[in-house]
Amino acid sequence: MRKTCLDMVHKLAVQDPRIVFIGSDLGHGTLADFARQIPERFFMEGISEANVIGMASGLALCGKIVYVNTIASFLTRRCFEQIVLDLCLHKARVRLIGNGGGMVYAPLGPTHETVEDLAVMRALPNMTVVAPADADEMKRLMPQTVDYPGPIYIRLAKGYDPIVSADSPPFQIGRGMVVRSGTGALLITTGITLKIAMQAADLLERNNISCTILHLPTIKPLDHEAILRCAGQVGAIVTVEEHSIIGGLGGAVAEVIAEADFSSPKRFKRLGLPDIFPDDYGSQSGLLKRYGLTPEHVAATVRSLL
Amino acid sequence: MGGAEKKIGLDRRSLLLRKKILETFACGGRGHPASALSLVEIMRVLYDDVLRYDPADPHWPERDRCLLSKGHGCLALYVLLADKGFFPEHELEKFCMAGGLLGGHPEYGRVHGVEASTGSLGHGPSIGVGFALNARIDRLNYRVFVILGDGEINEGSVWEAALSAGKHALDNMVFIIDYNKMQSFGPVDTVQPLEPLADKWRAFGCAVIEVDGHSVTELQRVLSRLPLQGGKPTAVICHTVKGKGIREMEDNLSWHHKSGFDEGEIAAMISRLEDCRA
Repeated sequence: MRKTCLDMVHKLAVQDPRIVFIGSDLGHGTLADFARQIPERFFMEGISEANVIGMASGLALCGKIVYVNTIASFLTRRCFEQIVLDLCLHKARVRLIGNGGGMVYAPLGPTHETVEDLAVMRALPNMTVVAPADADEMKRLMPQTVDYPGPIYIRLAKGYDPIVSADSPPFQIGRGMVVRSGTGALLITTGITLKIAMQAADLLERNNISCTILHLPTIKPLDHEAILRCAGQVGAIVTVEEHSIIGGLGGAVAEVIAEADFSSPKRFKRLGLPDIFPDDYGSQSGLLKRYGLTPEHVAATVRSLL
Repeated sequence: MGGAEKKIGLDRRSLLLRKKILETFACGGRGHPASALSLVEIMRVLYDDVLRYDPADPHWPERDRCLLSKGHGCLALYVLLADKGFFPEHELEKFCMAGGLLGGHPEYGRVHGVEASTGSLGHGPSIGVGFALNARIDRLNYRVFVILGDGEINEGSVWEAALSAGKHALDNMVFIIDYNKMQSFGPVDTVQPLEPLADKWRAFGCAVIEVDGHSVTELQRVLSRLPLQGGKPTAVICHTVKGKGIREMEDNLSWHHKSGFDEGEIAAMISRLEDCRA
């Protein structure tokens, strides 16, 4: 997903002279072709996230569209005030590409994992927050980021994910996608949890429980209409995210559901990390399992609600 | 020039700008007057003699960018922007008021001539680096002036930006430091000493010059021959006095930010400035 995303930045920059790339201190050879082909619009600025964001804002205020890339934890934490003020307050067209959103960096520990980024970015006025499911969805997202107003946070998940997304209905920032329709329960996903939910729905099918899966690659602006439409038809709703259960996908959906006027009561559960820093190493998949982000646990949760 | 003017070393224009700053401050009922008063000559020389801009076309792509990174000094900026016609002078009377144009810190997109919203310190230099790099990408000749407070440069982000400006050899970029030696809590020397300040800027890749920040002629001379050195950003360290020109405010910490003051006190200060002009 990461390679696809950065390759798309290069491709878009070739076509559009407004596009600029800024990295902090990325891996050797990152976007080497971009740097060779368009050196005047390629910057590698060192480990100075605050400066990188301010610089991106300055370029954006002059009409450039700036793609910034570094590890998601540093990109959202170290320079938070620059994101709030230099980007959001100015509605600057800067696209933040956060590597390793969630627990991709499991072996490296909590300094490198990012399990609150969606919540934090979502709270900021003028910010758009996107977490694609896989490389194909990323490919569909990127052209839409060019002229989209204001700043965008793009959460990159682990690369080489199996492709599970489809382009039907056509991808559009801010639009939820019904991936599967059922009447028993509603599973809501963002980012890589689409795959987990699809497998969970297969398991539930064996119990004669049919699920709707609503995939929300855009956390903000949230597709309220799709959530309400899908939720109205089921008795149980489960959100699944590689993120803290506080303030991310589950929190956002809960806000919509709590204010809704359903004709029948709903059971609701958020699946994600509890209110802790990830407390083990190993692998991303190991940590997903540790915190119940597996098809089996999602299916069991749905059954417990029905 | 009258005797009083000689004593405080300010000409009629500097006195008039100070009077407007105090009047605006009094209208708002709060603000950072002393931080604005140390800036008057810097801002005046920039807007009168140095910057290229068009108030009728504030987004003119080739304009010089003047970015008041120490946003709390905005009373000085507002008075100059009004003076140059970026917005009607009567807006000054609604400083900090509901429904007014001008807040206690300058806001981009709201006030013509304000290049970025500042107020949280340490943001201007990096935004300025972005402006300066844009000029290079688009092959434009505009220059970028970032005005910093001395307390502000406690912020690490200022030095990240200085590294970046040096790396890119941004000789279209000028850091102007309002070195009034006082920050909110006390003297800079005791809160977070900066010396040797010129050496620091030099070490980060800038060509550096120190000037009397209240000398109009000195500022005109320096700011009209930029860059100081080709291939390097310039740092102009302006030695100033916080609250300059108002006896009660000069180096008086209680005027860094002020609210709940006696209007008569401000009126007396204004009246003394008028005496100087007589």
